[in-house]
Amino acid sequence: MLNVDRRLIKNFDKVTFFLVVLLSVIGIMTIYSATRPLLPTDQPGYHIKQIYWLLIGIAALLLVVSFDYIWLSRFAYPLYAVGVVLLLSVLIMGKTGMGAQRWLNIGRFSFQPSELFRLIFIILISRHFIAIQGKMGLITIVKFFLAFACIPLVILLKQPDLGTSVIILIIFLSLSLAKGLQKKVISLFIILGIISIPFLGNIFWEGLKDYQKNRLVAFMEPEVDPAGIGYHINQSKVAIGAGEFFGKGYLKGTQGPFRFLPEKHTDFIFAVFAEEWGFIGSLLLLLMYLILILRGLDTALKAKDEFGKLLASGVTFMFATYFFINVGMTLGIMPVVGIPLPFMSYGGTALLSNFIAAGVLINVRTRRFELFY
Amino acid sequence: MNNTGKDRIFIASFIIVGLFALFIIRLWQLQVLEGKQYRKISEGNMLRIIKIPAPRGIIYDRNGIPLVKNSPYFSASLMPEHLEKVDVSYLSAVLNIDSSDIYTKIRRKRLSPFEPIRLKEGLTFNEIAAIEARRSDFPGLLIDIDMSREYLYGDVGAHLIGYLGKISPSQSNNPEFKDVPPDAFIGQWGAELLFDKSLRGTPGEKIIEIDAIGREIRLLKENPAFIGDDLRLSIDINLQKTAEDAFGNRAGALVALKPDTGEILGLISRPAFNPNQFARGVGYKQWIELNQDKKVPMLNRSLQSQYPPGSTFKIVTAISGLNEGIITPETKFTCRGGINYGKWRFGCWRKNGHGTVSLHRAIVESCDVYFYEVGKRVGIDKIAKYARELGLDNEIGLPLVKERRGLIPDTKWKLEKKNQQWYLGETFNAAIGQGYVSVTPAQMAQLIGVVANGGLIYSPTIVKLETVPQPARKADIKPETLELVKNGLFGVVNEGGGTGGAARSSIVPVGGKTGTAQVVSIRKSSHLLPEKLRDHAWFVAFAPVEKPEVALCAFVEHGGHGGGAAAPIAKIAIEAYFKNRNQNSKSKMQNDGIQ
Repeated sequence: MLNVDRRLIKNFDKVTFFLVVLLSVIGIMTIYSATRPLLPTDQPGYHIKQIYWLLIGIAALLLVVSFDYIWLSRFAYPLYAVGVVLLLSVLIMGKTGMGAQRWLNIGRFSFQPSELFRLIFIILISRHFIAIQGKMGLITIVKFFLAFACIPLVILLKQPDLGTSVIILIIFLSLSLAKGLQKKVISLFIILGIISIPFLGNIFWEGLKDYQKNRLVAFMEPEVDPAGIGYHINQSKVAIGAGEFFGKGYLKGTQGPFRFLPEKHTDFIFAVFAEEWGFIGSLLLLLMYLILILRGLDTALKAKDEFGKLLASGVTFMFATYFFINVGMTLGIMPVVGIPLPFMSYGGTALLSNFIAAGVLINVRTRRFELFY
Repeated sequence: MNNTGKDRIFIASFIIVGLFALFIIRLWQLQVLEGKQYRKISEGNMLRIIKIPAPRGIIYDRNGIPLVKNSPYFSASLMPEHLEKVDVSYLSAVLNIDSSDIYTKIRRKRLSPFEPIRLKEGLTFNEIAAIEARRSDFPGLLIDIDMSREYLYGDVGAHLIGYLGKISPSQSNNPEFKDVPPDAFIGQWGAELLFDKSLRGTPGEKIIEIDAIGREIRLLKENPAFIGDDLRLSIDINLQKTAEDAFGNRAGALVALKPDTGEILGLISRPAFNPNQFARGVGYKQWIELNQDKKVPMLNRSLQSQYPPGSTFKIVTAISGLNEGIITPETKFTCRGGINYGKWRFGCWRKNGHGTVSLHRAIVESCDVYFYEVGKRVGIDKIAKYARELGLDNEIGLPLVKERRGLIPDTKWKLEKKNQQWYLGETFNAAIGQGYVSVTPAQMAQLIGVVANGGLIYSPTIVKLETVPQPARKADIKPETLELVKNGLFGVVNEGGGTGGAARSSIVPVGGKTGTAQVVSIRKSSHLLPEKLRDHAWFVAFAPVEKPEVALCAFVEHGGHGGGAAAPIAKIAIEAYFKNRNQNSKSKMQNDGIQ
């Protein structure tokens, strides 16, 4: 084992650690409730798997914290290379689910490389942005985009993994903003964005798979076809609404275990939680996420160097993006994009990757005072 | 760390807190403002009401032999809200029906969007197993259980037992059927119709919790179904079946009853229909076929067809003469093969004549001339009076179908209907049951019953009676008169020269009277004529003669002579009843002995 510095233990970010572990435990409880057996013949077991993944995740988090995050900048390229190869291998020999190839089978485990890639992407971009002095101009940003974001985006859209593509794009933009863009570049982006909405929209629409188009249509008008594509959104709203103020009580929810709500233990876990814990419980849960995100931004503020600041911002923006898209989707105010709720949704790779990301965040905060090492 | 970096992170924090506030507002809207309504939907999601059919009461014959059976009947239906998720070609393979069939049924307009779509009826156990095994592939596919009626004796007794049919729209609107589900089968004919209310019972329902793929998770509430009451008919299925078999493919009718109670022992109308054809609804084409069949299987000949009774009517003529004191048993007339009246000749069926005969011989040998003479002396109005006294010219009162009442003519009738005076020649015809006189087989069965049991008339019933009923009325006829006629009727079957020898039985003493109703006025040997011109054959009978337990009328359409065609059937029916009765009482005695 490594020689652990006493200052490391003293400054360890216990709040973030406590928050992510608590969210994961709530997640496991909710996964159990969502998949609990109704008839003796039913076989549960999702929650058991998730407990194993949580233990692995905690171990990985502690391991990540024990190294100075400066090592991440040194391994940025090899990590990026490994990440792209993994993404490609999914395309070639991946497992298909819901019309998309996202998983790799390694032994008995299903592994989703895109979940790890988003973290690698943050490390790589942060590693490069620190070298830039002052605010970035248009040429710099385009150069970076072409160099690092293009390849993974093409692969991800090919899978297709719309959710992670959006995340990668948002990470890139938010990191650029965090690093600092020239005012005219920002203005240009805004103008370009407004002008290109119809064109992009068309290209975007044509490039979508049917189920993705359906999700967008369903988002616009879920009541048009309650039994079809609007079904996810409607049942999610029903689950959340049925919780009322105090909730139905733990293990009393029905929308999930009775299978009216699809993807109940993955993308729609928040709806299952909200049905059982009501407005009060949901408010507390959302507050926990808010504290996690604001504390992440605070970590970015307090980071001892530019790399730490960018890492912390990237990870926090990533968590925030996942959180807002996922919860917004279950609340019926964002389109159905298949992305999980960090720490709570069932999924081993995602939980592991989020714990590593949280580890990076804790790492940056823990070492905020070490100006020289 | 520069200042602008700090600013940017503060801006991000504001955006995040703003979005967060938006989410909280949305949560408040869904969970607090609209929560009640969503709670209702979530509960409605998983409640399903399932009808439990009430098993219909079983119909038995008088000896407790079951005539019908209920079998479970399975159908597959689809809940419409699951339509989009169903792979129709896969479903059509599992149900073994055309996918175009499924589409037609889906497209058909329904009463409500929540009403399940019936896809296939009468599933076999293999099909049910195949569906159950693929349950999770077909959310919203239901298997309904209904009860289907099976008629164990096929077309035997069909007119009496009846059949079930889908409830008609006009019946649905009738408050009497308010508990009956819209696609239910109810009694539409015969005893099934008459006693429908007590037979059908009360359907129950259960409310269950189901999950999204239709598995039953929990039973919330159950209102049990109440079985319909059983019904014990008065008929003897052994008599009924044996007699129907005896008809072969001849058309006709037979009504047998217990003269001392009015219970119907058998009610036959041939040809009949098979009620099992109706068990799951008869198609339009089938219905048209049944109704356009030249042999009219849907006509209940025992109650709805009326024919001249032929010589069986001589019973009435004899009674009127004796009871009015116009003839005595010793009164003799001479038959020379016919009598002349004006320019007409009224022949006797025996061309050579019967010689000088008394009443007894006249009945035994069915001498037409003797009854011309009696009729001439009694007059049509008196004959008509006794015919009515014996129940003719009126419904016997079986509500199975709209009964015909036949016709007993008299001078008043002739004047009113034809605006003509009555001629003596018409009396001659009436005296031997020809001409205007017409009756139904059921009327003749009742008539012979009244003669056999000394003038008591009981209301006929198709239900087995547990107590001895009060007679409806007593015919105003002297007992001695009836006794004399009964002796004659015994002679018809049992004496030499009697026309009803074919009904003579070694098991039980039978009395009876033959009748042959002319179809055309040519007196030719019937078997030489094409079938549709042949005479109708009648035979009325009772047994045992001393204390009659069964009275019946057998009628064979275009059967030829009553003695040749109808009497053997009457004998078979009577023997079937007594064989069965003897067996029953024997086994009863054995049981008593064991005890």
